[in-house]
Amino acid sequence: MPFAHSPSAVPVVVDDAKCIAEKGCRVCIDVCPLDVLRLSDETGKAYMAYDECWYCMPCEADCPTGAVKVNIPYLLK
Amino acid sequence: MTSPSFDTIVDGLSEVDCDVLVIGGGTAGPMAALKAKQKNPKAKVILLEKANVKRSGAISMGMDGLNNAVIPGYATPEQYVKEITIANDGIVDQKAVLKYAQNCYSIIEELDSFGIRFQKNENGDFDVKKVHHIGTYVLPMPNGETVKKALYRQLRRAQMLISNRYMATRLLTGKSGRIAGAIAVNTRTAEFLVIKAKAVILCMGAAGRLGLPTSGYMFGTYENAANSGDGYAMAYHAGAKLANLECFQINPLIKDYNGPACAYVAGPFGAYTANNEGKRFIECDYWSGQMMLEFFNELQSGKGPVFLKLNHLHSDTVGEIETILHTVERPTRGLFHENRKTDYRKDMVEMHISEIGFCSGHSASGVFVDDFARTTIPGLYAAGDMASVPHNYMLGAFTNGAVAGEDAAEFALNHDFEAFDAADVKLEQARVLAPTKREDGIPPNQIEYKTRRLVNDYFQPPKVTRKFELGQARLAEVREDMENNMVVTNAHELMRALEATSILDCADMAAHASLYRAESRWGLYHLRTDHPDKDNENWFCHTLLSKQDGKMTSEKKAVDPYVVPVAEEEKDLYDKQRIRASA
Ligand SMILES: Cc1cc2nc3c(=O)[nH]c(=O)nc-3n(C[C@H](O)[C@H](O)[C@H](O)COP(=O)(O)OP(=O)(O)OC[C@H]3O[C@@H](n4cnc5c(N)ncnc54)[C@H](O)[C@@H]3O)c2cc1C
Ligand code: SF4
Ligand code: SF4
Repeated sequence: MPFAHSPSAVPVVVDDAKCIAEKGCRVCIDVCPLDVLRLSDETGKAYMAYDECWYCMPCEADCPTGAVKVNIPYLLK
Repeated sequence: MTSPSFDTIVDGLSEVDCDVLVIGGGTAGPMAALKAKQKNPKAKVILLEKANVKRSGAISMGMDGLNNAVIPGYATPEQYVKEITIANDGIVDQKAVLKYAQNCYSIIEELDSFGIRFQKNENGDFDVKKVHHIGTYVLPMPNGETVKKALYRQLRRAQMLISNRYMATRLLTGKSGRIAGAIAVNTRTAEFLVIKAKAVILCMGAAGRLGLPTSGYMFGTYENAANSGDGYAMAYHAGAKLANLECFQINPLIKDYNGPACAYVAGPFGAYTANNEGKRFIECDYWSGQMMLEFFNELQSGKGPVFLKLNHLHSDTVGEIETILHTVERPTRGLFHENRKTDYRKDMVEMHISEIGFCSGHSASGVFVDDFARTTIPGLYAAGDMASVPHNYMLGAFTNGAVAGEDAAEFALNHDFEAFDAADVKLEQARVLAPTKREDGIPPNQIEYKTRRLVNDYFQPPKVTRKFELGQARLAEVREDMENNMVVTNAHELMRALEATSILDCADMAAHASLYRAESRWGLYHLRTDHPDKDNENWFCHTLLSKQDGKMTSEKKAVDPYVVPVAEEEKDLYDKQRIRASA
C-alpha cells in the first residue's frame, strides 16, 4: 500500500536564534523520554521530528539557552 | 526530513556480560542497581534504559509526594497492610505488602540523605496527610522536582554502567529454566546488544499505552508513554507468571490533559471530587476500583461531568496548591489551564475516566513476585509498577527495587552464567528486523492505533463477554498484519514497531485474564456484566497468566493465609464509598 503523509502541528518549538546546537549542544535530544527531537539537516538546529510527545517538559527545562518551548498539543489544548 | 546520522538502520551485534542486569532506569531501576552494587561492590551491574536515565520514567520531571508512606507515629506496617488488603478486595499477598511497609521508612531516610526533602510540620515531624479511606499515608515533597536529579547523582557517584537508548525486547533463559540474560536493540541504529547476566531485574514500568486516550494522541497517556508494556510482554514470553491482569488500572484524570487532577495534593487542603451540582458523592478520593465505580456511576446517572472542586477555598490556599500542581509532576498543567482560562478560584476542573492499562503501582496487575521481588523464573526479578505488589506507587518502586537489587546481587554471587541457545538470538534478530526487510505494508503507528482503538471499543469496563470475544477476533487479524505486513523505514520507527508488538501482547493478556475470572471484583476494574456479583466461594484467589506450550493459559492461585487479620466487619469498608443519601 502506498503511504500518505498528513501534516500535524507539533507542540514543541525551538527558537533557532537561541539554539546553540552548532556548538555541540544536544541536551534536549538527549533527555527526551520519547526520543522525538532531532537535529535538522537544513538549519543545524534541534527540532521536533516525530509527533509523539508526552508534553512532559525535560527538553524545555534542561535547555541551557531557553530555546525550547513546550506547548499543549493542539488536539487536547 | 530527519538527519541521516540519526535513525539509519545499522547492521550490528555486540555481546557483554554482567552479574546483575537491571532493565528500566526510571524509579525502581536506579534503586535496584544502586543496592545491587552496595550489596556486592565487586559485582558488575548494568542499568539498561530505553530512554535516558537522566529524565526517564514516571518521575521524569518530579513527583508531588509519597502516596503510601508508612511513618512511625502516623501508622504501623500492620495498619497499612490491612488498608491495602481491604482496598484490594482481599486478594493480596500480605507478606510482600508487609515487607514493603516495614522497609519503606528506611528508604525514606535514605532518599532524604540523597537531598530529597519531605514536608515537616512546626515540630519537625513528617507532615503526613490523610487521603486513604482509613489511615494516614500521604507525605508531600516540597522539592519533588529534584527527585530524578538526586537519583542520577547517586548513580554517577557509584560509577554505574548505564546503557541509554537500548530497548530490551526479549529475555534469554537456559535449559534449566534459569535466567541467562536479555536481548536489546538500539533505538537509534537498530544494532543488537546481547547481555549475558546471572540475574536480571525488570523495572520497565506500567503498560501505559494499552487503551487509547480520547484526545487523539497515542502518546497523551497518563503513564509516561515510553512505558508500552514491554516488561509484561517479555516476562510472558520467557514463561514467567503474571498476576491478576484483569485488575486493570483506570484512573480519574483531568479531561483531555489526561494527567492526575491530584486530589491527593489538593484534598488535604479541602478540595474534593464533585458532581455537576458541585456536591461530593464519594467519601474518599483515594484511587481504588470501588471509587472508580462510583465515579463511573455518577457519570452514568446524568450528574456528570465529575470535577475537582477548589473554588470554595481561600485564594491563598488555592495559590499554594497551584504552585505545587503547576510546577512539579506534570508542569505543563498550568499552561493547559491557562489556555482554557480555567481559574481554580472560580472554576471546577473537569475530569474523566482514563483509558485502561496494567499497573501495580496504582492497581494490582503485574508480573507475579514474592516478598523478595522474585518472579517464577529463577534469577529473574521484577519491581515497581510492573511487579504484582499492589498499590505500590513511587515509594514501593524504590523500596522493592532495593529488595530486588540486594537479592539479585546475592543470587549472582551463588550462580554462574546460565548457557542459552544461540539460535534464540538468531530468532529474535529475525523477529525484530522483519519490518525493516519489507518494501511495503502497514506502518507501526497504524498497527498500534488499531490495537488500542479495539481495546477501547471492546475491553474498557463494564466488561461484556460477547464484546471481549469480538475484540479477540479482531485483534487476531491485527496480529496477522503485524507479523506479516508491518513495515518501517528507520530505527525510530522500528522502536515503535517493537512497542506495538508489546501492546498487542498486553491487549491479548488483558482479554484472556478478564474472561477467566468469572465474577466481578475491584469495583470498575473488573466489572463483568455477565457475572455481576463478587463470588468469594470460587474466586477468592489470585489468577496467574502464563505461556504454557506456546499457549496463553490462566490458573488460580490461593491467597496465602493473612499475616495481619482483617475483621469481618472491616472487609467491605472500601465498598462503602458513596456518600449516604443526604437528607
Ligand atoms: C503522572 C504520574 C503521577 C504520579 N504521581 C505520584 C505521586 O505523587 N506519588 C507517588 O507515590 N506515586 C505517583 N505516581 C506513581 C509512581 O510514579 C510510579 O508508581 C513509579 O514511579 C513507578 O516506577 P517504575 O520504576 O516502576 O516505573 P518508571 O519510573 O516509569 O520507569 C520505567 C522505565 O523503564 C523504561 N523502559 C520501558 N520499557 C523499556 C524497555 N523495553 N527497555 C528498557 N527500558 C524500558 C522506561 O523508559 C522508564 O524509564 C505517579 C505516576 C504518574 C504517571
Ligand atoms: S538543548 Fe537547547 S541549545 Fe541545546 S540543542 Fe536543544 S534547543 Fe538547542
Ligand atoms: S515535552 Fe517531553 S516528550 Fe515532548 S519533546 Fe519535550 S521531552 Fe520530549
